[in-house]
Amino acid sequence: MMKFRFRRQGADPQREKLKQELFAFHKTVEHGFPNQPSALAFDPELRIMAIGTRSGAVKIYGAPGVEFTGLHRDAATVTQMHFLPGQGRVLTLLDDDSLHLWEIVHHDGCAHLEEAIHFQAPSRPGFDGASGLPSLAHITVVLLVAAGDMAALGTEGGSIFFLDVPTLTLLEGQTLGPDEVLRSVPDDYRCGKALGPVESLQGHLRDPTKILIGYSRGLLVIWNQAARCAERIFLGNQQLESVCWERSGHTVVSSHSDGSYAIWAADTGDSPTAQPTVATTPYGPFPCKAINKVLWRSCASGEHFVIFSGGMPRASYGDRHCVSVLQAETLVTLDFTSRVIDFFTVHSTRPEDEFDEPQALAVLLEEELVVLDLQTPGWPAVPAPYLAPLHSSAITCSAHVANVPAKLWARIVSAGEQQSPQPASGASSWPITGGRNLAQEPSQRGLLLTGHEDGTVRFWDASGVALRPLYKLCTAGLFQTDCEHADSLAQAAEDDWPPFRKVGCFDPYSDDPRLGVQKVALCKYTAQMVVAGTAGQVLVLELSDTPAEQTVGVASLDLLQDREGFTWKGHERLSPRLGPLPWPAGFQPRALVQCLPPAAVTAVTLHAEWGLVAFGTSHGFGLFDYLRRSPVLARCTLHPSDSLAMEGPLSRVKSLKKSLRQSFRRIRKSRASGKKRTVAGSKLQEANAQLAEQAGPQDVEVTPVQRRIEPRSADDSLSGVVRCLYFADTFLRDAAHHGPTMWAGTNSGSVFAYALEVPAAVAGGEKRPERAVEAVLGKEVQLMHRAPVVAIAVLDGRGRPLPEPYEASRDLAQAPDMQGGHAVLIASEEQFKVFTLPKVSAKTKFKLTAHEGCRVRKVALATFASVACEDYTETCLACLTNLGDVHVFSVPGLRPQVHYACIRKEDISGIASCVFTRHGQGFYLISPSEFERFSLSARNITEPLCSLDVRWPRGATHIRHPRAT
Amino acid sequence: AEEPWVGRRFGAEFRRFSLDRQKPGRFEDFYKLVVHTHHIANTEVTIGYADVHGDLLPINNDDNFCKAVSSANPLLRVFIQKREEAEHCSFGAGSLSRRRRPLALREDGPRRRTHLHIGLPHDFRPVSSIIDVDIIPETHRRVRLYRHGCQKPLGFYIRDGTSVRVAPQGLEKVPGVFISRMVPGGLAESTGLLAVDDEVLEVNGIEVAGKTLDQVTDMMIANSHNLIVTVKPANQRNNVVRGSRASGSSGRSSDSTASRHSLPAAHVLQNLPPDEMESDEEADVVLEGVLEPRLAPRPPPGSLTRVNGAGLAPSLHSPGREGSVQRLLSSLRSDPRHSLALPPGGVEEHGPAVTL
Repeated sequence: MMKFRFRRQGADPQREKLKQELFAFHKTVEHGFPNQPSALAFDPELRIMAIGTRSGAVKIYGAPGVEFTGLHRDAATVTQMHFLPGQGRVLTLLDDDSLHLWEIVHHDGCAHLEEAIHFQAPSRPGFDGASGLPSLAHITVVLLVAAGDMAALGTEGGSIFFLDVPTLTLLEGQTLGPDEVLRSVPDDYRCGKALGPVESLQGHLRDPTKILIGYSRGLLVIWNQAARCAERIFLGNQQLESVCWERSGHTVVSSHSDGSYAIWAADTGDSPTAQPTVATTPYGPFPCKAINKVLWRSCASGEHFVIFSGGMPRASYGDRHCVSVLQAETLVTLDFTSRVIDFFTVHSTRPEDEFDEPQALAVLLEEELVVLDLQTPGWPAVPAPYLAPLHSSAITCSAHVANVPAKLWARIVSAGEQQSPQPASGASSWPITGGRNLAQEPSQRGLLLTGHEDGTVRFWDASGVALRPLYKLCTAGLFQTDCEHADSLAQAAEDDWPPFRKVGCFDPYSDDPRLGVQKVALCKYTAQMVVAGTAGQVLVLELSDTPAEQTVGVASLDLLQDREGFTWKGHERLSPRLGPLPWPAGFQPRALVQCLPPAAVTAVTLHAEWGLVAFGTSHGFGLFDYLRRSPVLARCTLHPSDSLAMEGPLSRVKSLKKSLRQSFRRIRKSRASGKKRTVAGSKLQEANAQLAEQAGPQDVEVTPVQRRIEPRSADDSLSGVVRCLYFADTFLRDAAHHGPTMWAGTNSGSVFAYALEVPAAVAGGEKRPERAVEAVLGKEVQLMHRAPVVAIAVLDGRGRPLPEPYEASRDLAQAPDMQGGHAVLIASEEQFKVFTLPKVSAKTKFKLTAHEGCRVRKVALATFASVACEDYTETCLACLTNLGDVHVFSVPGLRPQVHYACIRKEDISGIASCVFTRHGQGFYLISPSEFERFSLSARNITEPLCSLDVRWPRGATHIRHPRAT
Repeated sequence: AEEPWVGRRFGAEFRRFSLDRQKPGRFEDFYKLVVHTHHIANTEVTIGYADVHGDLLPINNDDNFCKAVSSANPLLRVFIQKREEAEHCSFGAGSLSRRRRPLALREDGPRRRTHLHIGLPHDFRPVSSIIDVDIIPETHRRVRLYRHGCQKPLGFYIRDGTSVRVAPQGLEKVPGVFISRMVPGGLAESTGLLAVDDEVLEVNGIEVAGKTLDQVTDMMIANSHNLIVTVKPANQRNNVVRGSRASGSSGRSSDSTASRHSLPAAHVLQNLPPDEMESDEEADVVLEGVLEPRLAPRPPPGSLTRVNGAGLAPSLHSPGREGSVQRLLSSLRSDPRHSLALPPGGVEEHGPAVTL
C-alpha cells in the first residue's frame, strides 16, 4: 500500500493534503547566547531582561521558557534599551539615532514581541534653527521619567529634549539647553567652556520632577523640570563617565575617566558644591582607565555596595575586563574573559522601601551573561538556566539524541550536578523570573551534544525552548598536552592586588588543537558513547555514577596498512597519560584507539549491542571490538595517487587560526609579565604571514569568475576520506540469512560492506563470550558519479529504516521486518539511490544535482507525524543542500515532497553545522554562539509559548505625568 | 594472458601467442593465424581488441591492426566472436555501458542491419552530436558530448554574463551563463560545436535560467557522463537552414556522427521525463566478496585486499546472451589506471578487483 502511494505523481490532491498535514517549515527559537550584544535592560517589576545586539536584534528573557525575539528593520546597533516598568514595553535607541518602542502583546493567549512605533531624530542642521537651539542629533543618553510616559534625551550638544513616549513625539518648548543650566553656574566655573555632551541622566525614585544631569565636563545638576530650575549644582572638574543617584536622593556618585569615583552629598551644604565628600581612585596610584559605570546600592545593614566596571591600572591590567564589587571592606575584582557590555542589579524598586537590598548582580559580557548572588556570602555565581554560552570553546561538531530514556536522563543530570560546585538549584535563585511558560511539558527528552575545540563534549537539554546545560565531558585529562596551563601558573605568582576572581566560562583559548572533538555518538540504552578527535583519537566511554580510578587501555591501528610511498607531515598523535587516572562520576573512558596516521576522525559509529566501534579518517577506516579491546579490521581507502591526503591537514585556515591563537596567548603573556618579549619569528609564523598576505584582496587578479566543467576523476585529492560509517543487521550474504554488517562510504563514491561475525551473547548475559569478531568484505560498490557518500541506511522489508541497536530487542521500537526484501539507501552529495539487498541493484534514485544544481550537505532519516491523525507517521529523508535549502523526500520512493529555503547559501558555517533530529526538527549555528532551531514537521514544533502579566495602561497612555499631579 | 577462470565462465577458450611489435604484418595474415590457432577455419568471425580505455574495438584492416598491436602494453587482448553474434553488440565506446534494458526501438534493429550491412562506422568512437534539430529553434543548438572512456577532458569553462532577450516591453537584459574558455585539445574544442561566448540555455533538458553559476557548474558535472548542453551560439552564421516541411528527411534529427544510440536519445529528450533520459548512464559497479568467513582463513591485516580479489569471479556469474565481454570490460574499465594495460605484477599486488 505504501508503494502504491509513493508511485503516484505530482498533483494528487489527497497526497497534497497529506503533505500539508505532515510537513511545515518554521524557524522556532534561537538557543544560546546572542551574538555581539550591545545593550542590556531589566524591568524590576516584571522581572524580565532585554538584550540588544549589534545586528539590531531585541531579545527579552524571563523565567526559563519565556523568551521573545524581535529584529529592527535596519541592522543598526542597539545602543540603549529602557523598559517602561511593568508595561511589557521597551524603548530602544539605535546608533542611527532612531528610537523604537516595542510591545509585548498577547495573541490567542500567547505573548509576542512587536514593534509599535518608531521615531527618527531629525538630524538636519536646520531643525530648530530658527530658535537658535541645537539640533536633536547624536542622542547620548535616554531617561524615562514619569513612569515611562515621557523620555528625556540627552545629546552630544549638551541639550536635553523631551519626548512623549506613547506617541514618540517631541514635546516642544520643554527642551533644556546648556545655556539655561550655565546661568546657574558660577562665572569662574563657566570660563567660556562648554559643558560638553550629556553623559548621564538619572531620575529620582520618589520625585519624578527631578532629574540628575551629568555633563561630560564634570558638572552635575539636579534639575527640577516642573519648576524649570537647578536645585543643586556640583562643580565637578573631572571628565564624567557615569552618575548614580542613591535611592534616598541624599547621595550622588560620579565616575570619571581617570579611574576615580566621587561621592557627593546632595542633602546638605551649599549649592553649588565645589568638592565631593569623598573622591577615590580604587586602583591607584598609577594611572588608571576610566570607570565606565558606577552603581551605588544601599543595604539595611548600612554597608552599601559600590559596583563599577573598569578603572584598572592602565599599565599592568589595562587589558582586563573587570567589574569590581565593593561592600565595606570587601572588594572583589571580577575578572572576565570578554568585554563588559553593561550590568544591573536586581534590587527593590518599590518607592516605599528604604533600602535597595540588592539580591543579584547581572553582568552582560561580549560572550556570556554572568549573574552573582549578592545575598549569599562569597557572592557565588548563579548558573543560568538559559543563554547558554555554547561557544565557551568553539563548537566543532554536534549531534542530537532523541527520546532519551528517563533513566539515562536522570543519570546524566546527576553527573552534571556532581560536576558543578553548586547543585543546579539555579531555578530557585535565578533572579530573572518574569512571565509564565505555557508550553506543554515536552513529550520526550532530547539531548543535544556539542563537541568543542578544547576536547570537551557538552550535553544540553534540548527538550524545550531553553537550552539548559546538563553535563560537560572533558577528554583532555586523558592526554599529555603541549602547553600545560602556563597562564594559570603565572597568575598564581601575581600579587594579591587587585583581588581578581575569575568568573564565567567563556574560554576561547584551546591548549592543543589536537584535542578538538570531531565526531560524537551516544548509545542511549547502554549509556556508552564514542568521542573522536582531531588527532585520530577514538575514545569509548561509559557512564558511571561513581568516581573511579582506572587505567585506560590504549590501542593503535594503522589505517595505511603498509601502503608505501607516503609520509605523514601533519601533527603527531596525542600521547595518552599512562597508569591509573582518577575519573569523576560521569562518562569514564573504557578504551582509547589511536588511528595512524593521526589524521582527524571523519566518521564514527557505535554498536553497543555488538560491542563494536567503527571510525574513519582521510586514510581509511577501522573496526574495534571494545569488549575484548582488540582491533577487528583496518582498511586503507587511499587512492594510490592521492599523495595530498598523506601530508597532513591541508587547511591553511586552520594553521592561520592556530597562529592567531598563539599570538593572542603571547600578547596575554607579555602583558602579564610586563616584559618586552623577544621576537622569535618561527618559520611557521613566517609562512603563515606569507599565506595571509597572499590571501589579501589586493593581490587577487581581477579576472571574471569562471568555473571549470570537468567530472570528478578517481585521483582527486582526498578521495579516500571516509565520510560515513553504519552498522546494520541485514542481508548481505544471501536472501535467506541476515546478520551483522558494517558499511563505509568514501569521498570518491566508494561503498564497502562487510559481513561481521559477532559471537552471540550468552543468554541472559550482557557480555559476549571471549571470541573474536570477524569481518569479511562482502560487497564493494563504486558509484559511477564518484560523488562523496554522505549517508548509508538500510531499510527493512516495509521500507522503514532499521531501528537503532537495542531499540527493537528492548521493545522500544517496532521490530523491523526481517523477512527479507531489505534495501540500502546510499546518499551521495549528488544523488540518492536505493539498492536491493543482498543483490545490490539499483531500485530507485533521485539525481538532485543533475536536476537542481545543488549538492547535498546533510541528510537524515526523520519520522514525520501527521497533525490530523495521531498514529499516522511517515519516514522521510530530510536533506540540506549547499544552497541552504531543506528538501524532504519520501522513502523508499525518493520522490521530492517539499522544500524550503532555510539558511542563506553564503552562510557556509551555518550549513556545515546543521544537525537534524529524528522527528523532523533541526539545529544550525547562526553565530558562533547561537543555534537556530527549525522544524520541518507540522506536528513536532518546539517554540516559545508564554505569557506575561503586563500592566499596560491602554486608556491611560494619553494622560501625561499621572504621578506628578 | 587471460586467467583461466574467465574461459570457464564464458565457454570460451584462450590462446596465447606472440607478435613482433615492430612489424606486426598484415591483417590477413593475422586473421589466418587466429583462425588457425583456434581451429575455427570454417566459421566467420570478427576480431576485436580491448584498447587502453577498455573499449572493444575491431580489427578488420591493416591500419587498425597496427594500431591495436602498438597499443599492447605488453599484452594485447584479442576477442574473437562469431560474426552473427558480434553484430548484436556493436563495437565502440558506448557498447560497454549501454543500459541493459532493451529499448523497443532496438529490438528489430540489429537484424535488419545484418542483412543490409549499411551501418555505422564501426571503427569510430562517437565524440559529439547535434541533436533535436527538429524541435529547438534554429538559433539554438543542442550538443551532446560523449565522454565515456575518453581520456580527454571535457575542456571548457563557463562564466556569468548578461544576455539580451526580446520582451513585450522591448529588449531587456537578463543574467545568463556563457562559455568563457575552451581548453585546447579538450573534447569540447575538438567537436567544434561549442565556442567561447555561446550562451548556455539548458543542461540535459533543464533550463538554467535563474540558476547561479555554481549551480550550473554542478549540474554539468553531475551530467558529465552524458552531457547535453543547449546553447545559443555566439556565431549564428553556421545555423542549420531547414528546408520546407514537405521535404521530409530534412526535418529529421541530424546526427553528426550517426551514433546509433543518439537516435533514441533525441526522442527521449522531448518525450520522456528527465529521469528516463540517461540511456547511456554508466551503472555503478558492484563487486561481491567471498562470504564464508568460517571457511576462509581469516585474512591477516594488510592482506584484506586478497579476499576482495578472489571475489571477482562471482560478480560475473550471470552474463547475458550478449554483452558478456562488454560487461567484463566495463567492470575492468572503471579505473583506467588499472585496466588491461597494467603489468602482471601490479595486478598480482593489488588483486584485480581492488581497483574496481
